[in-house]
Amino acid sequence: MKAMVCVKRVVDYNVRIQVKPDESGVVTEGVKMSMNPFDEIAVEEALRLKEAGKIDEIIAVTIGPQQAQEQLRTALAMGADRAILVQTDEAVQPLTAARVFAELAGKEEPGVVLMGKQAIDDDQGQTGQMTAALWQRPQATFASKVEIEGESAKVTREIDAGLETIEVDLPAVITTDLRLNEPRYVKLPDIMKAKKKTIDNTTVEELGVEAAKPLKVTRTAPPPARQGGKKVESVQELVSELKNKGLI
Amino acid sequence: MSKVLIIAEHDAGKLSAATGKAVRCAQDLGPEALEVAVFVHEGGDDVAGAAAKLDGVTRVLKVTDPANENALAAVLAPQVASLVQDGYTHVLVGNSTFGKDLMPRVAALLGVPQVTDVMKVEGEYVFQRPIYAGNAITTVEAPGDQVLCATVRGASYPAAGEGGNAEVEDRQVDAEIPQHTRFVGREVHKSDRPDLATAPKVVSGGRGVGSEENFKIIYSLADKLGAGVGASRAAVDAGYVPNDMQVGQTGKIIAPELYVAIGISGAIQHWAGIKDAGTIVAINKDEEAPIFEVADLGLVADLFEAVPELEKALD
Ligand SMILES: Cc1cc2nc3c(=O)[nH]c(=O)nc-3n(C[C@H](O)[C@H](O)[C@H](O)COP(=O)(O)OP(=O)(O)OC[C@H]3O[C@@H](n4cnc5c(N)ncnc54)[C@H](O)[C@@H]3O)c2cc1C
Ligand SMILES: Nc1ncnc2c1ncn2[C@@H]1O[C@H](COP(=O)(O)O)[C@@H](O)[C@H]1O
Repeated sequence: MKAMVCVKRVVDYNVRIQVKPDESGVVTEGVKMSMNPFDEIAVEEALRLKEAGKIDEIIAVTIGPQQAQEQLRTALAMGADRAILVQTDEAVQPLTAARVFAELAGKEEPGVVLMGKQAIDDDQGQTGQMTAALWQRPQATFASKVEIEGESAKVTREIDAGLETIEVDLPAVITTDLRLNEPRYVKLPDIMKAKKKTIDNTTVEELGVEAAKPLKVTRTAPPPARQGGKKVESVQELVSELKNKGLI
Repeated sequence: MSKVLIIAEHDAGKLSAATGKAVRCAQDLGPEALEVAVFVHEGGDDVAGAAAKLDGVTRVLKVTDPANENALAAVLAPQVASLVQDGYTHVLVGNSTFGKDLMPRVAALLGVPQVTDVMKVEGEYVFQRPIYAGNAITTVEAPGDQVLCATVRGASYPAAGEGGNAEVEDRQVDAEIPQHTRFVGREVHKSDRPDLATAPKVVSGGRGVGSEENFKIIYSLADKLGAGVGASRAAVDAGYVPNDMQVGQTGKIIAPELYVAIGISGAIQHWAGIKDAGTIVAINKDEEAPIFEVADLGLVADLFEAVPELEKALD
């Protein structure tokens, strides 16, 4: 059984992003880019499933610019077997991404598609569910535990009220939450070894996928500023400030 | 004119607060019809009745099917998609984990994009939504010739009032329900404290609290204030508290009147969850902690001294 893992190139989570002065977007030039943290967790989960003998091949996939190869290389260095770059210089919104992934899933026939629960750039949180719908397969979102037994997977999900466990027939889409696992660090020899692994190149058009009508982003503005930074010297002072504000 | 369908979220006969907020958001669309769909496996009169009371709601549709017992997205999505074909222009749901799981599946079945986390309605198809953990706000325009699917950011809206009196109608939907997804169980952390998502006051602890045992002082202060309790990701990861208490970009996004962050450094991902709070208080022993840059009232102190002292001062 194969696993397909979708990894997105995003601004590194440690970067404090800047909005462009003309409000046309966020500055990404010269900014550190990384694999979306949730996608690292997805790759790690695939590796663990492979180590446990549940799957035998891991395919990492990304949709993005030529430079997104770097994130595929990271996935290969972590232990993925091969990779596919669906190259595009345009920003791809979730519905179009899902059409691409559903198309690739139809071709590759993975037993599981692992994705992040959200990409931390656009915070959409849609692509996994959309891929599952278009592929007409189950979805297990926000996973904190995955157990594959034969033809199905038992997945524990982080929900607002606590934890929920569902069972889904395979193939299925699973999206990862933070506590599913802790991704391994890549070691130098692995990076060298990964250079020999193949990355196939294709495009949205080549896959015969029709891009969805996008949401037009007409403005990107900084959030309203907050006045913070005031300090109090003691608990008593804190209490009287809170009393003044009518909060206690 | 828009005709809006809200998908109700409910549990054990109670309508969720997120649903009331979604209704409040929908009012800003100035809709000619604002209907709420309640999917149940049996009964459901309580939930439908609660939805019918929400201000602005013009009709409640109750859809009964044995498969609806456990609110599985794969089971609900085809029913919602089928119902929407009835001339609705907008489908909205709260951005709880229920809504986040369900709505993209509905949107994909309808072949339309989704607007995640609506924080402001600027026009029938124009909305504001946050990106990069709320560090930027985008205005997005959706195609006006397609159904608009959206999730509503709870922290941006109060709940709708409860002065309404809409009629409740039983509705059959024609949808093929898949068998590939089955409910196994749920582990719900019951608490008598105010619900973190909607509490007017919240006290949160971070890694600085140090242990599950030490978290007692956080609970104790919260009880004194009548507050809900939250935590940072680090505190959840370390096992001090269960996952449903996580506040932040990838946990709960809240907007209490008072937020007290104790032993929390103030990472941007945590900040994303509280930036709409009224007054933010931070207690941290490191005066360089980034939380102090954004807190309205900062106290540099050891939490093990300051928190019990604060609790006592509230007597
Ligand atoms: C993709 C992604 C998503 C994330 N999502 C979230 C999220 O939703 N929510 C979230 O919270 N985090 C999230 N994080 C994690 C975030 O980056 C931080 O790691 C986390 O918020 C740190 O938690 P903390 O402040 O409790 O711990 P720390 O950063 O370790 O801070 C502990 C603080 O306690 C103080 N302290 C220690 N002892 C005492 C004492 N005795 N008295 C007073 N103060 C004391 C210290 O000075 C320090 O400032 C996410 C990270 C990633 C990568
Ligand atoms: N362009 C992309 N390339 C690769 N994976 C993606 C892309 N867009 C979305 N994904 C996957 O879908 C998940 C959710 O993304 P989103 O719906 O954009 O929040 C991500 O964590 C990735 O696993």
